[in-house]
Amino acid sequence: MELKDIIKPENLVYDKSEVQTDTIMHYCPGCSHGVVHKVIAELIGELGIQEKTVGIAPVGCAVFAYNYIDVDWQEAAHGRAPAVATGVARLNPDKFVFTYQGDGDLASIGSGEIMHACNRGENILVVFINNGIYGMTGGQMAPTTLDGMVTSTTPFGRNADLNGYPMKITELIAQLPGTSYVTRQAVHNAASVRKCKRAIKKGIQNVLDKKGTSFIEVVSTCNSGWKMTPVAANKWMEDNMFPFYPLGDLKDGVKGEPVSKN
Amino acid sequence: MGELRLMKGNEVLAEAAIRCGCDGYFGYPITPQSEVMETLMARQPWNETGMTVLQAESEVASINMVYGAAGSGKKVMTSSSSPGISLMAEGISYIAGAELPCLIINVQRGGPGLGTIQPSQADYFQSVKGGGHGDYKMIVLAPASVQEMNDFVALGFELAFKYRNPAMILTDGAIGQMMERVELADFKPRWTEEEIKVKSGAWATIGKAIDRERNVVTSLEMDSAKMEANNLRFQQKYKQMEEEDCRYEEIMCDDAEYILVAFGTSSRVCQKSVEIARAKGLKVGLLRPITLFPFPKKAINKLAEKAKGFLSVEMSAGQMIEDIKLAVYEAGKNTRVEHFGRMGGIIPTPGEVVEALEEKFSWEISYGVKRYY
Amino acid sequence: MTEEIIIAGFGGQGVLSMGKILAYSGIMEDKEVTWFPSYGPEMRGGTANVTVIVSDTRISSPILQEFDTAIILNQQSMDKFEKAVKPGGTLLYDPNGVIHPPTRTNINIFRVEGTKTAVEMGNPKVFNMIVFGSYLKVKPILSLDNVEKGLEKSLPERYHKLIPLNLEAIKKGQEIVETMQAV
Repeated sequence: MELKDIIKPENLVYDKSEVQTDTIMHYCPGCSHGVVHKVIAELIGELGIQEKTVGIAPVGCAVFAYNYIDVDWQEAAHGRAPAVATGVARLNPDKFVFTYQGDGDLASIGSGEIMHACNRGENILVVFINNGIYGMTGGQMAPTTLDGMVTSTTPFGRNADLNGYPMKITELIAQLPGTSYVTRQAVHNAASVRKCKRAIKKGIQNVLDKKGTSFIEVVSTCNSGWKMTPVAANKWMEDNMFPFYPLGDLKDGVKGEPVSKN
Repeated sequence: MGELRLMKGNEVLAEAAIRCGCDGYFGYPITPQSEVMETLMARQPWNETGMTVLQAESEVASINMVYGAAGSGKKVMTSSSSPGISLMAEGISYIAGAELPCLIINVQRGGPGLGTIQPSQADYFQSVKGGGHGDYKMIVLAPASVQEMNDFVALGFELAFKYRNPAMILTDGAIGQMMERVELADFKPRWTEEEIKVKSGAWATIGKAIDRERNVVTSLEMDSAKMEANNLRFQQKYKQMEEEDCRYEEIMCDDAEYILVAFGTSSRVCQKSVEIARAKGLKVGLLRPITLFPFPKKAINKLAEKAKGFLSVEMSAGQMIEDIKLAVYEAGKNTRVEHFGRMGGIIPTPGEVVEALEEKFSWEISYGVKRYY
Repeated sequence: MTEEIIIAGFGGQGVLSMGKILAYSGIMEDKEVTWFPSYGPEMRGGTANVTVIVSDTRISSPILQEFDTAIILNQQSMDKFEKAVKPGGTLLYDPNGVIHPPTRTNINIFRVEGTKTAVEMGNPKVFNMIVFGSYLKVKPILSLDNVEKGLEKSLPERYHKLIPLNLEAIKKGQEIVETMQAV
């Protein structure tokens, strides 16, 4: 059998979304970012909203998100993506505006902006990648770094007395009445990717329906930062991250409700 | 003739924004400029022109909202006072680096630190030399009257869009709180989506059309050669500002032997000082920079030919004096440049300025000739 | 014509609004005007003052050391501003808040029993308009027609029914002002 006999439309099992660019990703092999990018690109294509989408890129590993998803983008200062998104969304109410932020960007330097954007119920989607570490700058402690976890700034493990406690920011966000949908997902296997895609789709739909802020945490791996193989990183995440950051919906309701159902 | 009103400087800023077709204002309260947002909120321009007004959670958020909205091609602004502008420095640098137009208003108060709520001009360096990180410049307009507070809102936006660069109105609590007769501009409609597409569609995040590349608003460039090229382009732009958009006013400078140089509130004081000095037989004139960047170097160069001395009158320890000295130096002259200023929220009186002039230039005044040093 | 005026008294005496009505009336007379208040903590200390400049030509400094006219409504302001009246200038005061009357000999001095008259008129709030009327009598720089227009412009619509009362107070002030010293 020749190669040309195999490459036929009827044999197609996977096709890259047209909304995803051909640029080779700079993410490390095994990193969750690539998967989440792919899911977002697919959904923008499937929902036919490429022309009305504006993405807000963070500072951190996803700083180059704008190289991979073929929509208009604005690059925010570190942590300020929710404020930038507010500016775009308020003046362009018919656009689909989303931020894509890591844990350092969202939960540390940008904790003020995310709280207030969610509390105002800005009509945006927030995708929050939580891998418990600063990847871009070389593996320093993040606000979500687990107790005892070794990073380049906690070489003997995170110690609550010295470094404070790991922050469950998504639980805080779920308390804010401006949000309509707050959930925690993962992308470490096919089933979880499908589930995560459904969650992001709901978030996008909420924005299109002007329902306020949707907030989707994706508990992720950083195998380079964690200094593990991709497979070991997935296992470590399941064993250590999921017990502390349990997956599932934290709020699935309507904007204006004061607290989550939990 | 436009509508005549008696209004506070801060209130006029708000009214002028609505009338010039501004799309959005994002701000955070701080004395002595809170009337800007208060006036906007009371006017409810969203009902009238569709303008958005939002009270942000901080100045950091305000400037980043401006950054986002400006990235989508809209005409947007913020206002604050000194400590708040310090907080915005990062965002302003990003806006300059991403080459976005916007209007930032600083109604200065005295510092450093929490300082005082009384007026000051000590943010001159911060405004004209950058303020945030990196090699960038803002167009800085210094109104000296409530009428100019009105006029410079539209002018600020015009220049910001001409250069795709942030423009600042640098004023102070005195002009912000003062009321004067003002002729308001007529209403201009906000730009339509179609107009924005034509004007800014090549770079703004207005949604990627199928037939074009995506627009990415960013100040990031990891390729050093490209980043240097960006910087060179910025510098070219700043040079063009110096060539085309330097503004200043000369009052009684034609026969003047001594030139007061002052902007904003100080320039108003100095107008009176010129009257007092002239009544005493001293030939004194006033050079009032209207743009602080670009600084009226050429005017100083020319005045340095025959002036016996310059007195920089500022409500600061002496900041603009450095630019005057540079201009005199560039003209190849060694005319003496001195400074007189008050700080802590104190505005100098017209008489004090004349006394300072007489004291600092007593040698020249006694002997009637230029003193070289 | 350039008239540089300081109005000084306690917060609540209507110092700032008197200045505002004066300034607005100036605009109606097609003059340049500047209204420059003291603002900030100083006001919380009890005193309030405002500089008003009315001129046919472009106005220079809102910060002044000396004034053509001082309208003085309490002792603290007398202590501060009596000496700031230009020689040959005008000082108008209400004796109610002033323990030590002015002593300068090279200025015109006028007195208005504003507080007392306002009480007699049954409305203490018109006090500042009585004083304003006295000012207009001794310095007739504005026509009463334009003052009426100035009142209309500076008062919110809901207070327009009070304009006749204010005009009455202004006229009363014009009648009762006393010349203490003319130079």
